[in-house]
Amino acid sequence: MPAIQIQNLHKTYPGEPPVHALEGIELNVNDGEFIALLGPSGCGKSTLLNLIASFENPSSGELLVHGTSHNAPGPDRGVVFQEAALFPWLNVWENVVFGPKIKGTAASEYEDKANEMLKIVGLSDFKKHLPVQLSGGMRQRVGIARILTLGSRVLLMDEPFGALDAQTRLSMQELLLSVWQQLKPTIIFVTHDIDEAIFLADNIYVMSARPGRIAQKIVVPLPRPRTITDTTTEAFNQLKREILVQIRH
Amino acid sequence: MKRLKVFLNGIAVPIAVLILWQLAGNMSNMAGVLPTPIAVIQGWEGWVFGEVGMGLNAYSGTWLANVQYSTMRVFQGFTLAAILGVPLGLLIGWSRLIAQVFDPFIQSLRPIPITAWLPFSIALFGISDMGSIFLIFLGGFYAIVVNATQGARDVDRNLIRAALMMGSNRKQLLRRVVFPAALPNIFTGLRIGLGISWTAVIVSEMVAVKSGLGYVLWDAYYVGRMDIVLADMVSIGLMGFVTDRLIVTIERFTLKWRFLQNH
Repeated sequence: MPAIQIQNLHKTYPGEPPVHALEGIELNVNDGEFIALLGPSGCGKSTLLNLIASFENPSSGELLVHGTSHNAPGPDRGVVFQEAALFPWLNVWENVVFGPKIKGTAASEYEDKANEMLKIVGLSDFKKHLPVQLSGGMRQRVGIARILTLGSRVLLMDEPFGALDAQTRLSMQELLLSVWQQLKPTIIFVTHDIDEAIFLADNIYVMSARPGRIAQKIVVPLPRPRTITDTTTEAFNQLKREILVQIRH
Repeated sequence: MKRLKVFLNGIAVPIAVLILWQLAGNMSNMAGVLPTPIAVIQGWEGWVFGEVGMGLNAYSGTWLANVQYSTMRVFQGFTLAAILGVPLGLLIGWSRLIAQVFDPFIQSLRPIPITAWLPFSIALFGISDMGSIFLIFLGGFYAIVVNATQGARDVDRNLIRAALMMGSNRKQLLRRVVFPAALPNIFTGLRIGLGISWTAVIVSEMVAVKSGLGYVLWDAYYVGRMDIVLADMVSIGLMGFVTDRLIVTIERFTLKWRFLQNH
């Protein structure tokens, strides 16, 4: 069963005139697939992510996650926000275990997992730190560890590295790839950065604006696992040129 | 060295005013209207340390008792305002239905100054502690409610979304996200409310009860003890300052995450 099935999905915001944020979206994502939604701001890529997360509801069409239609957010669809959205009054550890804790899970059942996920994102030594004491990249790692601890099989990431400096962004991309290699979740990654989309994704869906549509699906033929040197190969640049041409018109 | 300089800069004007005031007092015969700083301190000393029940000085030794009366009333009225105001404010900010039911009621009463409630309060409670506590409660209540409401409304939408995504129900959301996120606003409301509560206690004690710093203030004025009036004014300011510092200390302890942010 595909992880995500979307058919003829529309999202219109009422008003004068109404805004057609998304029109006729068709999208299938397999379990364990890593896709990127690429497009300029205002193309509806974040709206699409919010619909999958059930932060908003579609105007019409079908949206199934693991075969089920949802009308409320839930732990099966973990979201990594642009600005991390950690609770500033909780330390790293408390943020990471927030989900299982409010569910009433016994500490013994989630502590090992939370420790493991913090280790994967490299924050084992920062459990007692408050979010304000962390750098932007570290905050996003907490955001990732938080949904991994939650056990989300679908990860929805809304330009999570957009606000980071170039070097931190690269190391976060590598970290995300290694997490994905280890745990194989389904990832939907929203970005406007072509390099980022190519480096990370199996398939790139290029979106166009007003109304928001999926204009093109691009398969990334680069082999896995990928490393940073892949971003300077001829194949990478060839693909980037193709995407640039498509985005321009 | 730098801190000493800042301190000296800060006390220069107050000291200059005190010296000028003392000199002006020595050179004129205004003592009945405006006693000199030294006379105020002498009067205050008797008020604080004098023996109680000396016939010639009705205030002798009664300072601490009056401070306690006023502080106790502020504590009672303000605590009541906080206990009712914080949860109500959060709920108004959080739930559209509760806002629709309570907000018009609160907003229509809020513009009535607490001083205007004095006759009503005396009619209702008579000359008693309750009348005073009622006014103090009212004084603190609005500021606390309005700020808690604002705090609940200003919660970052993504924090709510993150909590929902992790499986929070509405009750958990209110307790674990909205309440802590609103705490900075809640503390602002508590500080403003406490200030108004001190105003309310003085006003109410002038009229509605026969003890406390507000009562002494008015009574001393009537018998021409301006030294006590001034000592009383400074005492009120001092108590307001001390209780405000108390809340700030609690705030700094509770909102460690926020004070780290600002550095």
